[in-house]
Amino acid sequence: MSSIDVKNIAYLARIAMPPQELADTEQKLQQIFALIDHLQAQDTRNIEPMAHPLALAQRSLPDVVTESDQRDKFQALAPATELGCYLVPIVIE
Amino acid sequence: MSTNNDWEAVIGLEVHVQLATKAKIFSGASTQYGAEPNRQACAVDLGFPGVLPVLNREVVTMAIRLGLGINAQIAPRSIFARKNYFYPDLPKGYQITQFELPIVQQGHLPIVMDDGRELSIGITRAHLEEDAGKSLHEAFHQMTGIDLNRAGVPLLEIVSEPELRSSAEAVAYLKTLHALVCYLEICDGNLQEGSFRCDANVSVRKKGDPKLGTRTETKNVNSFRFVERAIDYEIARQIQVLESGGKIIQETRLYDAEKNETRSMRSKENANDYRYFPDPDLLPLEVSPEWIAEVAKDLPELPWQKRQRFEKEYALSAYDANVLSSQKTLGHYFEETVKASQASAKLCANWVMGDLLAALNKNNLALDNSPISAKSLGELLTQIANETISGKIAKTVFELMWTSKTSAKEIIDREGLVQNNDTGALEKIIDSILSDNPKQLAEYREGKDRLFGYFVGEVMKQTRGKANPNQVNTILKEKLSAE
Amino acid sequence: MPYKTLTDLKNALEQKSISSRELMTQALTRIETLNPKLNAFISVNAEMAFKAADKADQLRAQKNHAELPPLLGLPIAHKDLFCTDGIKTSCGSKMLDNFIAPYDATVVRKCAEAGLISLGKTNMDEFAMGSSTENSYYGPTRNPWNTDYVPGGSSGGSAAAVAAGLVPVSTGSDTGGSIRQPAALCGITGLKPSYGRISRYGMVAFASSLDQGGPFARSAEDIAWLMNAMAGFDPRDSTSLDVPVPDYTADLEKSIQGLRIGLPKEYFNHSLAPSMQKIIDEALKTLEKLGAQLVEISLPHSDLAISSYYVIAPAECSSNLSRYDGVRFGYRCENPQDLNDLYSRSRGEGFGAEVKRRILIGTYVLSAGYYDAYYLQAQKVRHLIKDDFDQAFRKVDVIAAPSTPTPAFKIGEKAADPVTMYQCDIYTLALNLAGLPGLSMPVGFIEGLPVGLQLMGNYLEESRILNMAHQYQKNTDWHLQHPKDL
Repeated sequence: MSSIDVKNIAYLARIAMPPQELADTEQKLQQIFALIDHLQAQDTRNIEPMAHPLALAQRSLPDVVTESDQRDKFQALAPATELGCYLVPIVIE
Repeated sequence: MSTNNDWEAVIGLEVHVQLATKAKIFSGASTQYGAEPNRQACAVDLGFPGVLPVLNREVVTMAIRLGLGINAQIAPRSIFARKNYFYPDLPKGYQITQFELPIVQQGHLPIVMDDGRELSIGITRAHLEEDAGKSLHEAFHQMTGIDLNRAGVPLLEIVSEPELRSSAEAVAYLKTLHALVCYLEICDGNLQEGSFRCDANVSVRKKGDPKLGTRTETKNVNSFRFVERAIDYEIARQIQVLESGGKIIQETRLYDAEKNETRSMRSKENANDYRYFPDPDLLPLEVSPEWIAEVAKDLPELPWQKRQRFEKEYALSAYDANVLSSQKTLGHYFEETVKASQASAKLCANWVMGDLLAALNKNNLALDNSPISAKSLGELLTQIANETISGKIAKTVFELMWTSKTSAKEIIDREGLVQNNDTGALEKIIDSILSDNPKQLAEYREGKDRLFGYFVGEVMKQTRGKANPNQVNTILKEKLSAE
Repeated sequence: MPYKTLTDLKNALEQKSISSRELMTQALTRIETLNPKLNAFISVNAEMAFKAADKADQLRAQKNHAELPPLLGLPIAHKDLFCTDGIKTSCGSKMLDNFIAPYDATVVRKCAEAGLISLGKTNMDEFAMGSSTENSYYGPTRNPWNTDYVPGGSSGGSAAAVAAGLVPVSTGSDTGGSIRQPAALCGITGLKPSYGRISRYGMVAFASSLDQGGPFARSAEDIAWLMNAMAGFDPRDSTSLDVPVPDYTADLEKSIQGLRIGLPKEYFNHSLAPSMQKIIDEALKTLEKLGAQLVEISLPHSDLAISSYYVIAPAECSSNLSRYDGVRFGYRCENPQDLNDLYSRSRGEGFGAEVKRRILIGTYVLSAGYYDAYYLQAQKVRHLIKDDFDQAFRKVDVIAAPSTPTPAFKIGEKAADPVTMYQCDIYTLALNLAGLPGLSMPVGFIEGLPVGLQLMGNYLEESRILNMAHQYQKNTDWHLQHPKDL
């Protein structure tokens, strides 16, 4: 855990952090991982991972259009829109 | 110095098939193409706080149909996972897809090449996922506009084994797969609208080398022609790089149809770490044997089944049978034509694949909108079969049918195009032509065989094409050889 | 009137000794007076509440009460992570400070259908991450028993609002103890239902496989009424359970004679202060007197719950919170230079420190090379923990344990040390991993601060723990205590 690359993880998570915050976060994450790392001591051979508390199957709905256009309502909440589109800084492909 | 013949291409294709459902895979918003931006993006598609995905049952049924179509295993239990990355067309910051346990595994697609060679291409997997939205670059000053109508449209991603060895094989695979999904009615097959999209994984290796070379993934190839060109370009590029001592970089490349080249997508090179994990909002998808049996009950005849039947039932060549079975509607049109006609199936096939498709192409029409129905074409071909008109006249009749939408018989009667089968009258005409052209006659008899065509032409000219060509041939031969 | 139970107020309305409008007026006046001190509410909706109250009074005048919604005209407050159509849903975050959901959460809708009238939205740890309600963009909520102390969290606003008599009932959410822990620290009753019992639709997600909405109230009987309103199948939530909902009030009066209460030895060890132990023991003795049998059991993997939880919850959270990107709603940074700048600064500035930490933990444990060692290992341990409970419930009907290791702590005391803060939930986390129901009820005080006992049930056995809690409350008056000098 000493090698945790907080800067890279913060980039993956798209979270900007000034250097001071980065350093503080790194230190706290070290403490937290010291707690988490107790996991490694447990023998889990032959144990199935449990992704969900419900041992049920996915339900499904019939193929019916139930939603109507609410663009104006939704876009009233958006920071920037134009011509019905959400605006972001230019995306280069 | 090695040549291109020393190299072998290894191609695998990933095809994104938009499933033709009414509603999206995890929401009740419409999937209809062409709406104004974001009018078909509901709270779930927009990734609003608190809203949750629920699976559209029809999507699963369609995946089962495909699985049965390619004789694959349908997983009794498959898992929806999240693929995490940030991109403006991906509203939740993750795509719901199937990763470790896809619904369809290990199938086969039988393809036939133009030379009749038959191959069976392995399909590794087909998994369900949601489509992303679209980034629009025009019309916004220094900004990109995001339209999320497409976000959440169901996709089936079909991944082939790297068993294709040329662009021609890749195209044959794609055309067969395209035919299949249309036959199964799980996709509208519209390439322009992006309903059937292909990424090509290409690598090259020295022939006989068991090891695979480094591959590149070429994206954005949205027509069969472009797939062929993009793959050819990429094969040539890789061979050139390797022969000049370079190395192939594993990367994503974009095909530029205008320049006919592929180029590296640097923006996607930032090592992505997708952090797949099971989507905790969705439970394992279970498909019972009963569900599969129910879907199997109404599976239609598949393209290759139709191809084989056409070969057997109508004595067509592999090539003809392949073309006619490539589209469900075309095969149907052909069979209706045969049914409505006394002409041979071969003649029907020739006309459907030749004149009809050419006319449709020229007028940019779909088969469904053909001004000449299968029944009408069948009637026209009957007129050839019973020697009422010649094949040549039939082409004129066909053109008139196309524009006037009247029947072949009516046009033949109105225009007086009935073939003249009166031997006596024909003999008289031929006699007079021979006596009017003594020079050509002499030359012919001296061995200039090709003047036979000249005399046929003269006869047709004088009979305004209505002479029975078989009779013309017989009588002419007779008279020319008689000293 | 302020400390009356929901059941009392319901009777008063039915006997027409008070109107719904009068109830609203009293509650809103009290909120106006005390909220500046407690900071339990983020937003209050007086106008809408009065309108609904007048409608409820009218309806009550026209019909006899058998035809009326069971909780008609009674006040409630919702934790500010339940989406409310037309009213701000902030999740305690700067990120959603301007977010007005265009839809109601299913819980909000169902409460309204049962006749409950929402007075407003309560304060919480940002995105439900925390155990003290100090991680709120809107400042900390204070414990009504002593305003220098925290109310617990993350549903601290909802718990404080009930404890202070601002509302008789409220909603909360529990991902690792966020209902039971603040209920314990505020001296009220709170229930985390079985996973899938209450729809998560419209409840802003923290960790989807652990989150479960639930009620706070002054008594187990009131909780039963709330459960009748909130529980039930929702086609909009794939993880909602499609099984009939019992009448949770039906079993309240049953005797608990012969019921076996399991006491996990791992929960009664050195980490529990002797003063806490003493109070818990007394409560257990009372239950024993009522006919229950106390049985020592073992939940052998208990000590791993916290490690497993702090992998799984952050993993799910890191993905769930990716949607807050400054594009479609919520906070967007000023003058983004490019796309990455838009994402990184909007998220860097919009999220608080604890939320960012958890996103980073989650991102790390899911990333290439660490997935197996952390995420997958945590899921396997989760399985072991679930198996522990399955084993235990073959032997006992209910499991009892302290809700928290200590009573409330001072504001600021643990804020700088996340690991110490995480330890507050050591007794509650395992139940979320297993998806089981658990209730906390007040059973005593230490230096004027309440102590809670936790009753855990087998899957879907809410009725059984409500029955036991109700029988306890019929024979004790801890739940009737309330702060004296507010």
